[in-house]
Amino acid sequence: MFARIRPIVIKEFLELKRDKGARFLLVVPPIIQMLLFGYAASYEVYHVSTSVLDLDHSQESRELISRFTSSSRFDVVKVAQSQYEIDETIDTSAAAVALVVHAGFAELLRKGQAAPLQVIVDGTNSNTALIALGYVNTIAAGFAQDYLTDLTRRVQGAQGMRQVQVTLEQRPWFNPDLNGRWFFVPGVMGTLTLVMIVNLTAFAVVREREVGTLEQIMVSPIRPAEFILGKTVPFFLIGLGEVALVVAVGLLWFRVPFVGNPFVLLLGTALFLLSTLALGLLISTVCSTQQQAFATNFFVLNPFFILSGFSFPIASMPQVLQWFTYLNPLRYYLIVIRGTFLKGVGVNVLWPEFLAMAIIAAVLLTLSILRFRKSLE
Amino acid sequence: MRWRRLKAIAVKEVLQTWRDPRSLMIALLLPFTQMFLFGYGVNLDLQHLPICTFDREGSQLSQDLLKHFQASLYFAIVHNVKAYPEIVAAIDRADCRVGIVIPPDFSERLNDSGTASVQAILDGTDDNTANIAFGYAASVVSGFSNDVQLSWLDRQGRTLQQVQPMTVQSRVWFNEDLVSRNFIIPGLVAVIMALVGAQLTSLTVAREWERGTMELLVSTPVQSSEVMFGKLIPYLMLGWLDAAFCLVIAVLWFEVPFRGTLLTLFLTTTLFLAVVLSIGYLLSVVIRSQVGASQIALVVTLLPTTLLSGYVFPIDQMPSFIQDVTYVIYSRYYVTIIKAIFLKGAGISELLMPILFLVVYAVAVVALAARAFRKRLD
Repeated sequence: MFARIRPIVIKEFLELKRDKGARFLLVVPPIIQMLLFGYAASYEVYHVSTSVLDLDHSQESRELISRFTSSSRFDVVKVAQSQYEIDETIDTSAAAVALVVHAGFAELLRKGQAAPLQVIVDGTNSNTALIALGYVNTIAAGFAQDYLTDLTRRVQGAQGMRQVQVTLEQRPWFNPDLNGRWFFVPGVMGTLTLVMIVNLTAFAVVREREVGTLEQIMVSPIRPAEFILGKTVPFFLIGLGEVALVVAVGLLWFRVPFVGNPFVLLLGTALFLLSTLALGLLISTVCSTQQQAFATNFFVLNPFFILSGFSFPIASMPQVLQWFTYLNPLRYYLIVIRGTFLKGVGVNVLWPEFLAMAIIAAVLLTLSILRFRKSLE
Repeated sequence: MRWRRLKAIAVKEVLQTWRDPRSLMIALLLPFTQMFLFGYGVNLDLQHLPICTFDREGSQLSQDLLKHFQASLYFAIVHNVKAYPEIVAAIDRADCRVGIVIPPDFSERLNDSGTASVQAILDGTDDNTANIAFGYAASVVSGFSNDVQLSWLDRQGRTLQQVQPMTVQSRVWFNEDLVSRNFIIPGLVAVIMALVGAQLTSLTVAREWERGTMELLVSTPVQSSEVMFGKLIPYLMLGWLDAAFCLVIAVLWFEVPFRGTLLTLFLTTTLFLAVVLSIGYLLSVVIRSQVGASQIALVVTLLPTTLLSGYVFPIDQMPSFIQDVTYVIYSRYYVTIIKAIFLKGAGISELLMPILFLVVYAVAVVALAARAFRKRLD
């Protein structure tokens, strides 16, 4: 059996060796996509473009506004003179947040009545808007708190006024600065591997079919299972190389920490590669031309990408879609890759993911061998 | 350019597409599959985030605080743990994203000094969820803080004054309920247009080369501009049809507000289609192989449109050199336009700048494609 598999493996590597374009496609696009994704894909909000309008011109209003201007989160792009100018900055997207202190702010504050700070937020990107609103609330709460402490100190707590304050301390684990790149870069590694490997495998078999060399292989004494195995081994090795490449970019270029055990990642990667290879093979058995393989890949891979938790939280999906995510090997691999990179968890935590990927790989491989046999008849 | 010859090419192209049901299916099904997949699958709004709590005090007050978390729509308490390692395990397994730890001296401290703190352990692997969850948790805690203050004042027989010296009155414009679907779906229209446009046209000329029918075409009196427009017009119509599908699904099914006018949408979409169709055409002329052309078309349309157009990831938060790159991404302008039409109700006058950029782009790509084809025939 091994004697029959070996030539297939050698043939695949020879083909790759003699195809300059294919080698180029193996190395350059993953690196470019890693860089592009790594830099562009992030929900982090570093700076909020802000316009301000102070209609009160009091010491208090200036103090409040200066808290925003001195915060690194807010970029004051415009100090407006009228409500019209404020509205305009939001309309033209010059500012994402507008702060308006109305006349009488200080007076209300001194009287001890709730003095309003009006905030207009461009809600177009709801995620950014939500985070920006959080920043505004934090600064406003700080101001209110300080003002109150100041006031109580001045009136010497004459009536025994007690100030209650329960604060929430932030303890982000695994990613102390909540750096978005640490979340996305490991995710990109998994996604890129999926796309590359499924494409490679599907095209490799379909090309043989299209060119007609598959017929030649079939008249040889090789069995379908052996053929599949011979096709799988080279791409498995190439896949390992691909993963090593993208992991290197993540570690060396983006400086994402790796706190886990490399062998756990290796084991997870091996299982993931098996399931993606099997998926590619399965696609190749239903397509007769490269064109069809290309279209089918797109239709299959896109849901895998969306329903993996790569950037869209699975917990927020409707229940039915959440069930679908259990069929997705990428879902499990992302847990493994993020778990080993950032959390440093081992097999004792990740075994359900390993098991799931192993089952998916086994089912898909069996299916593709069965289908392959059929498609020959 | 003769109308008769142009029409002949267009009719041929329509027939060819019609008789190749696979690519027609792709074109017609894509808006549906993508819209429903993204419309349901892509949701950045947090609700019922699984959290675990560790109440080390177990007093009336600490239980009260946890009730506030329970009542919040944003959180779902999945574990009430009894020991610290359980929190560690739950977060390691990603069973819960936030752990709320109440210290053993919580009410004591609150009674003595009036201040106490609670810990929120966040799973930082997903920074965005962690950030938003912390914001919600902080507002739950401050709500609790206010309630305690009120009840104390109540006991002292004092009024509510000075409890809240200041309030933040926020008004959200354009996407009033902050629903992520409302900005993702309009952007998705751009992605679908880019995909359908460039994919389908990238096949059209390459197919003629591969099958050798190009030689036949060249020997007819048809001019290269007639070939180009004849081939593009059917796909433009297909693009319009897809755009209409998208609009109907977005507005009627997903109830995304549409505040602009159909005319603005039609004009800008046509412009954008002109750009992507010509890019696909240009690629198929230059590359001559169906697979190669459609693969490159996917790379130059899908990747920049999903990543660098501001469709999900805000451009103004990217590193500045990436921001510079986005200026040459044509979809950036269309995404800006389509979001403004849907949510802001913008008209042509407000969108003059991005429209101008698209016009320049369209003219340049159409000219390039026309040139490339002429050269190829030599």
